[in-house]
Amino acid sequence: MSVKSATMLKTTYREAVREAIRDAMRRDDRVFLMGEDVGKYGGCYAVSLGLLEEFGPERIRDTPLSEAAFVGAGIGAALGGMRPIVEVMTVNFSLLALDQIVNTAATILHMSGGQFNVPLVIRMATGAGRQLAAQHSHSLEGWYAHIPGIKVLAPATLEDARGMLWAAIEDPDPVLIFEHAMLYGQEGELAEDVAAVDIDKAVIRRAGSDVSLITYGGTFYKTMQAAAELAKDGIEAEVIDLRSLRPLDNGTILDSVRRTHRAVIIDEGWRSGSLAAEVSARITEGAFYELDAPVARVCSAEVPMPYAKHLEEAAIPQLPGIVAAAREVLGTHV
Amino acid sequence: MTTAEKTLNAQEHALHLLQQMLRIRRFEEKCAELYQATKIRGFLHLYIGEEAVATGVMEALQPDDAVVATYREHGHALLRGVSAEAIMAEMYGKQEGCSRGRGGSMHLFDKASRFYGGNAIVGGGLPLAVGLALADKLRGLKRVTACFFGEGAVAEGEFHESMNLAALWNLPVLFCCENTLYAMGTALARSESETNLTIKAASYEMPAWSVDGMDVLAVEEAAARAVAAIRAGGGPYFLEFRTYRFRAHSMFDPELYRSKEEVASWKERDPIELFSENLRGRGLLSDEDLVRLEQFAAEEVARAVDFAEAGSLEPLEELSRFVYSD
Ligand SMILES: Cc1ncc(C[n+]2csc(CCOP(=O)(O)OP(=O)(O)O)c2C)c(N)n1
Repeated sequence: MSVKSATMLKTTYREAVREAIRDAMRRDDRVFLMGEDVGKYGGCYAVSLGLLEEFGPERIRDTPLSEAAFVGAGIGAALGGMRPIVEVMTVNFSLLALDQIVNTAATILHMSGGQFNVPLVIRMATGAGRQLAAQHSHSLEGWYAHIPGIKVLAPATLEDARGMLWAAIEDPDPVLIFEHAMLYGQEGELAEDVAAVDIDKAVIRRAGSDVSLITYGGTFYKTMQAAAELAKDGIEAEVIDLRSLRPLDNGTILDSVRRTHRAVIIDEGWRSGSLAAEVSARITEGAFYELDAPVARVCSAEVPMPYAKHLEEAAIPQLPGIVAAAREVLGTHV
Repeated sequence: MTTAEKTLNAQEHALHLLQQMLRIRRFEEKCAELYQATKIRGFLHLYIGEEAVATGVMEALQPDDAVVATYREHGHALLRGVSAEAIMAEMYGKQEGCSRGRGGSMHLFDKASRFYGGNAIVGGGLPLAVGLALADKLRGLKRVTACFFGEGAVAEGEFHESMNLAALWNLPVLFCCENTLYAMGTALARSESETNLTIKAASYEMPAWSVDGMDVLAVEEAAARAVAAIRAGGGPYFLEFRTYRFRAHSMFDPELYRSKEEVASWKERDPIELFSENLRGRGLLSDEDLVRLEQFAAEEVARAVDFAEAGSLEPLEELSRFVYSD
């Protein structure tokens, strides 16, 4: 992130997203936010709290419970010259709009021979951790990353929560932004005056030479903790924050693996057919002869998310599992 | 039957209705308390204020009818015969719960009472209800499927597609729309171009009536009439129950969208208070009766909490069970 001013502000991930929306609304009057309860209620995760008062109901637009219709309307409004930000409460509910996203937003540029691009941003919460069970907790961003025609972002840090939105709005094509629900309360400092970040490069958040830990979104902080844990034993892990799940930044991933010769991918999606599977395949395609150990994956158990706390915790990637997987590929497990 | 017998029957039935509403109310007040005490987690949606609806409708159903409900379904499950113990244990995440702790508050299920959940996708239960009714029709069974949903669901495509299919195929579904005027923070008039919900249902060529959802007798009567018509082969039926939720949408709702005065004015039509006063006025409810009903409800709640506290956690080795049939 290019920092224009040295003033740092204490903030949260939630406030960073809110500030990004506010900033975009001020910069470009074609931008508007629409979704269920974004206005009067203040957003189901309180992201848009206060924006209705500031921008009014035309631009902070409450919608009925009609995911297919308002996501589709977002596509139409984008085609019609606006720059909509559509909020879907949770990735599970975006499935009611899957037709519009996959069959229209992702295809219309191609089907029209390049005539109609869709400058639309769709934001939604994703992930588990709050005992919301099997219709509110899944990580389906890996599915969306399967679809050519859309871009898929997963901001994990405050900088990205703040900076990715504007870049996504400026993008001529549909961009989906996945905000892990457990990150909203994340606190930190952010430069007061920030510029947009790029949205197609992964970032090395921690340099290391022994193993590459590749992750994104909700498992990012757990992975950083795992790296710190490993460092106590003198193992220097490199942590890659993918940031963009589509396109995937092959260069950063492969360069890292060529240096460390070992890779563990941490992904809250289910293992089978996951984003982690895709990253693993790319490593074997692009750096097979550099590997000193098979690629490892830490993913969610293949079960719909259970309600009971102990089962939910066991179902998703956790610190000990990440550390153990890293030790395994290093051959240093005890 | 003598006049005295009729009065006695009427009184027994009236006290039963009051008892049912009190069971829900006291159970859920306990749930709210247990949520604060972090015994219950996840989302918790309370039905307090709406008890007359589930109470009246359940009276009209037979034991082998089916029920499909939403995430605000503790009361529906309880009155359908799912034990308070099993419901509470579910909310505790214990394996003795009615969904083995896999579902929680939003996903109560019970095969024995044909209680098909507990669906937390708004509108998601309607197609399911249509399918259950289709199966009954194909199998020649004279059963009814009652499907509960909030007025927010009316904006979803699944509502309209289900209404059409049920009417087109003449299926035995009772659509019960619990109109609380707000879907989370969105008032009906801010989400529907036509706020008269019965007009929408009627446009699919099914009988549709609006009912005072705070009056348990009105609910019971309307539901009984609807169920009789459905069972006679008349196809689906739509009832809109005008009611109100007294509590927040869930435990994370600052209620910025409605005024305290509005909530207070609806509380004046508390279905339990209204009915109690009605009965007292007619000499059908004494103080002793009320004490007895309250005691029954309190004991049921206490048993449920004890049971849930004493319950056990499913072993971690079983995490991947119930993904496919054993
Ligand atoms: C498809 C879908 N979109 C959004 C939500 C989030 N949500 C849960 S309840 C609710 C409001 C529903 O209101 P209503 O249907 O009137 O039922 P009530 O909660 O009042 O009982 C919303 C928006 C959801 N669960 N499912």
